[in-house]
Amino acid sequence: MAADTHETRTANRGDLVFQRLIVVGAVVMVVLLAAIALELTRESRLSLSASGVRFLGSTAWDPVKELFGGLPFIYGTLVSSFLALLVAVPVSLGVAIFLVELAPSWLRGPVGFMVELLAALPSVVYGLWGIFVLVPWLRGGVEPALARSLGFLPFFSGPSQGFGMLAGGLVLSIMILPTIASVSREVLRAVPNWLREGALALGTTRWEMIRGTVLPFARSGIIGAVILGLGRALGETMAVTMVIGNRPKIAASLFAPGYTMASVIANEYTEATGDLHLSALAEIGLLLFAVTLALNALARLLVWRVSRVAVQGSRR
Amino acid sequence: MNSRKNSVDRIALPGRRKITDLVVRTLCLVATLLALVPLLSLLQFVIVRGAGGLSWDLLTQLPRPVGEPGGGMANAIVGTLVLVGLASCVGIPLGITTGIYLAEYGHTRTARVVRFSADVLSGVPSIIVGMFVYGLMVVTMKRFSAVAGGVALAILMLPTVARSTEELLKLVPTSLREAALALGVPRWRATLRVVLRTAAPGIATGVMLAVARAAGETAPLLFTALNSRFWPTSLDRPIASLPVQIFTYAISPYEEWHRQAWAAALVLVALVLILNVAARFFVRHRTDAR
Repeated sequence: MAADTHETRTANRGDLVFQRLIVVGAVVMVVLLAAIALELTRESRLSLSASGVRFLGSTAWDPVKELFGGLPFIYGTLVSSFLALLVAVPVSLGVAIFLVELAPSWLRGPVGFMVELLAALPSVVYGLWGIFVLVPWLRGGVEPALARSLGFLPFFSGPSQGFGMLAGGLVLSIMILPTIASVSREVLRAVPNWLREGALALGTTRWEMIRGTVLPFARSGIIGAVILGLGRALGETMAVTMVIGNRPKIAASLFAPGYTMASVIANEYTEATGDLHLSALAEIGLLLFAVTLALNALARLLVWRVSRVAVQGSRR
Repeated sequence: MNSRKNSVDRIALPGRRKITDLVVRTLCLVATLLALVPLLSLLQFVIVRGAGGLSWDLLTQLPRPVGEPGGGMANAIVGTLVLVGLASCVGIPLGITTGIYLAEYGHTRTARVVRFSADVLSGVPSIIVGMFVYGLMVVTMKRFSAVAGGVALAILMLPTVARSTEELLKLVPTSLREAALALGVPRWRATLRVVLRTAAPGIATGVMLAVARAAGETAPLLFTALNSRFWPTSLDRPIASLPVQIFTYAISPYEEWHRQAWAAALVLVALVLILNVAARFFVRHRTDAR
């Protein structure tokens, strides 16, 4: 950094050694990422050559007959994550706006801490809570009520089973809420104050100010936050595995059990009997890795863009 | 939306604008309250049910076979400490090193790639890291082991530690670096003894959050550390851990195991909360000192 201007380090041997050591340490990160990609590709080679792209479109999953199709898991992951976003995005945006724009300052710290605590609790504890609190509540109260009022829709038909897609989606929504809320909060904080002051000086109400200046400025960052949340939802394993029912079938009803990519890996990876089974699971893992990688890269770029524009804007 | 905002005649309706404002403010408040409901419900259940199942035996005894009452999960508590300890030995030094690199030598193209990798790695699902370590260590060593579990947790800690260290080192004023260098201290000593030391409380915070996170991870341990019903004897053997034990007991059909799962959850949540609150305390302490 600024120390570069003092060319003292040329004379010092210790500095050279130190710098080399540190670079080696840092490069581990890049090597790890590459190694994960390589390892997963190597493990899934068998499945890739056996069924290739057809794997993604096939719904048959029967390890005994050596039939492996990934579609039920891809479907389960997509639907549960979509449900999670549907619930978590409006709520977490509300939380972020409340924390940055509306709450009195004494409330911001404690409430922000509590929301972050939600992210700190272990996934398996959410699963435990899901099994013994959320699922009975869904089975006994929410699902029958939904079936009565909206039962004509295919999503809300069929018996209330508790363990199913709806439970999985709801648990996920709770778990990604803090991610979306805290990243959005950072993004909203990066919006320069003169924009707010300008809008308020024109006589807008607080909401008009937020809608007219803050949200448009922060838009790409908020999209980034949502994508980060999506990435987390796609890869979340334990809590979902514990409540989603784990049945590799595609069903229209959200009350019916489903299965996700991460869950099938968690349940079957150590117990896979055949090489092809193991390889098929690795292929699911590879797909999951590739998708979360792409989503994260995209999200980081979007969030970075807001903070960079904000910095430039305040210097102007 | 925009057309309504731009049309002038609406501005003549201050009442409606005020009402909209009030409605949206209320919605934001409701959203915040809604977000806290699961947290409070979860904590309530963990505390009430967990306290019901908590006993001295749970903390000091080995698990008993199904059907026999009593028994505990002392081996899982020790196992979690061992796994987190192993992970910390690898993850913390490497993470801090990476953080120093990013903050102090962070303007090269390599640094940008490292920073990006750290961000992306922190978004990789933990179960994928488990699969990776399984292929890397479990298959080659031909057995599940505590070491493999520790490595998996270390990989998960690494990006968090690195990025938070970087952010905190960047907050150290340049004048401190310059002062040290002006006294003729070589740059590496200035970095370690002045810059790193100044940022130490903040870095400790980041480390504690990463450790708390690692302590609760379950998915990567399923393929690496597996589980065990005995005291840990050797690092190249399978080892029990609290999260895996909670998972196993929670999905079992036995009432007694459910009770123990809640108690174990209370122990785990207490551990995570203590680390989080302590981390919070460090930050506050630091800002007060300024």
